[in-house]
Amino acid sequence: MHLERAHHHTWRKIKSALASGIAFASALLVIAPMGLVFFYLVVNGASSVNWDFFTKLPAPVGAVGGGMANAIVGSLELLALAGAIGIPIGVLGGVYLAEYGSARLNSVLRFLADVLNGVPSITWGVVVYGLVVLRFKGFSAYAGGLALGLIMIPLILRTTEEIILLVPNGYREAALALGVSRWKTIVHIVLKTASKGIITGILLALARVGGETAPLLFTAFGNHFWNHSLSQPIAALPLQVFTYAISPYDDWHRQAWAGALVRI
Amino acid sequence: MEATAPAIAPGEPLSAAAAMRRPSRFGDKAFEWLTLAMALTVVVLIILIGWQLWDGSALAVKKFGFHFLVTSTWDPVADQFGALPFIYGTLISSLIALLIAVPLGIATAAYLTELAPLWIRQPLVSLIEMLAAIPSVILGLWGIFVMIPWLRDYPLPLLKRFFGWTPFFSGPIYGPCMLAGGIIIAVMILPIITSVSREILRSVPDLQREAAYGLGATRWEATRIAVLSYAKKGLFGAVILGLGRALGETMAVTMVIGNTPQIAASLFKPGYTLASVLANEFTEATSDIYLQALFEIGLVLFGITILVNLLAQLLLRTIATTSATRAVQ
Repeated sequence: MHLERAHHHTWRKIKSALASGIAFASALLVIAPMGLVFFYLVVNGASSVNWDFFTKLPAPVGAVGGGMANAIVGSLELLALAGAIGIPIGVLGGVYLAEYGSARLNSVLRFLADVLNGVPSITWGVVVYGLVVLRFKGFSAYAGGLALGLIMIPLILRTTEEIILLVPNGYREAALALGVSRWKTIVHIVLKTASKGIITGILLALARVGGETAPLLFTAFGNHFWNHSLSQPIAALPLQVFTYAISPYDDWHRQAWAGALVRI
Repeated sequence: MEATAPAIAPGEPLSAAAAMRRPSRFGDKAFEWLTLAMALTVVVLIILIGWQLWDGSALAVKKFGFHFLVTSTWDPVADQFGALPFIYGTLISSLIALLIAVPLGIATAAYLTELAPLWIRQPLVSLIEMLAAIPSVILGLWGIFVMIPWLRDYPLPLLKRFFGWTPFFSGPIYGPCMLAGGIIIAVMILPIITSVSREILRSVPDLQREAAYGLGATRWEATRIAVLSYAKKGLFGAVILGLGRALGETMAVTMVIGNTPQIAASLFKPGYTLASVLANEFTEATSDIYLQALFEIGLVLFGITILVNLLAQLLLRTIATTSATRAVQ
């Protein structure tokens, strides 16, 4: 009897260790692709990342060399446009959810923002195509920036709200007690206190949309040359990586790896 | 910021007194309305998406009606459009992705919250967050040039050897295929499933664990009986949320799934998804009805993902902790 019990106990211990082992193995499997992606990016991309890559335009098919200068600048322009739309709307919307409103309305808005976060990015591309590209008859940097900006809104809104809620109430009360109006309290005290967190949230949102390709396919469209006007198609790094990766040319494949490496 | 200095600045007793006498109600109201307007954009955006997709596909909806969803001819030249192969491809590739990502994601989450030594937890969490930051297109690039050749040479022939008698693993191996699409989606959704599951497991009260240990449970028994089964509903929410992402995943899948509109039992055959057909054909749509049909594809995709996301949010909300919803982003 006693022995049987002991056996049973060891068996349970073994089972526990086994389960931990399996869980550890899954954790390794989950992070393995990341290690592999980084490894191949460096191996395949490093040789093509040089001065030309940052300063030259893409070379025509067959010609060796060339760079992605226009795509790098294009990506930055698109992010600036997206930020101009997404940051003010997201931050102010977040302020409302944290500082004003009724519990009921806010929980509905919060819910909708989370649902919006789940909308596939390609859907945004289609919608902006219908809204802007069809209407103004042409792909443009504006359309691409708008698509990215709209994606940013729910992201920034939710992070801003959560950061603002972390600001202690005492700060607000202190300012209000001094006779400062509510909105000045929010702008000068609450937002200032929360600014670090909000900026982190904004940067994360920019990083996320900076890697988006799907919404740009039929809004910004891509461009092999410098973009001279925001109402013209514009190149973007992720877009260029996609075009090059699915092309049949080895040279372009090398450039795609390099572009991906720079993007990371 | 500096232009509108605080009402009470040092050495400015007058303005402070003024602020005391009549706090500017107008500024307060205006600011509240402004922020409300910004917050309401989320409502506007949802309506806008729905309306634009509906408006853009009106002709196609009228012309093809319900048949659009159940016919499988996709022939832009003859103006015949049926979305069934894309719906099938989307569902099957997402299903494969879930089959891979759910057990791995939940096991990893359990490892991170219950089983792992403390010092290893934070580094692992950071690594998983970095995985989430890899853009889809870069994962796709890796998929085309590294994963597909490897799959073609090693695991797929093995699958064929042992399971070739089932319809799922029969036929020639090309490279780009439904299975590759499913695997790449699994990699894309693993971080979100893992991080949401982790938040959910963390929100399980410690009393649960203590009770199990008090009864003499081993670590794994406590995890299984006291934690995992307690968190069942939330974990289901995490899975549904992952499904929502899987359905809409675009770039990486487009690059590895083969992009052929067909319905085949074999997972070695190329497929096509709703999102990839949009990515590939949208700029090539030559006729109005073709474009309308693509808008309708967008509408179908939006409809499915919005339903799945609503369900996921409802499930997660019932056990809502702020931290669980934070991980959603």
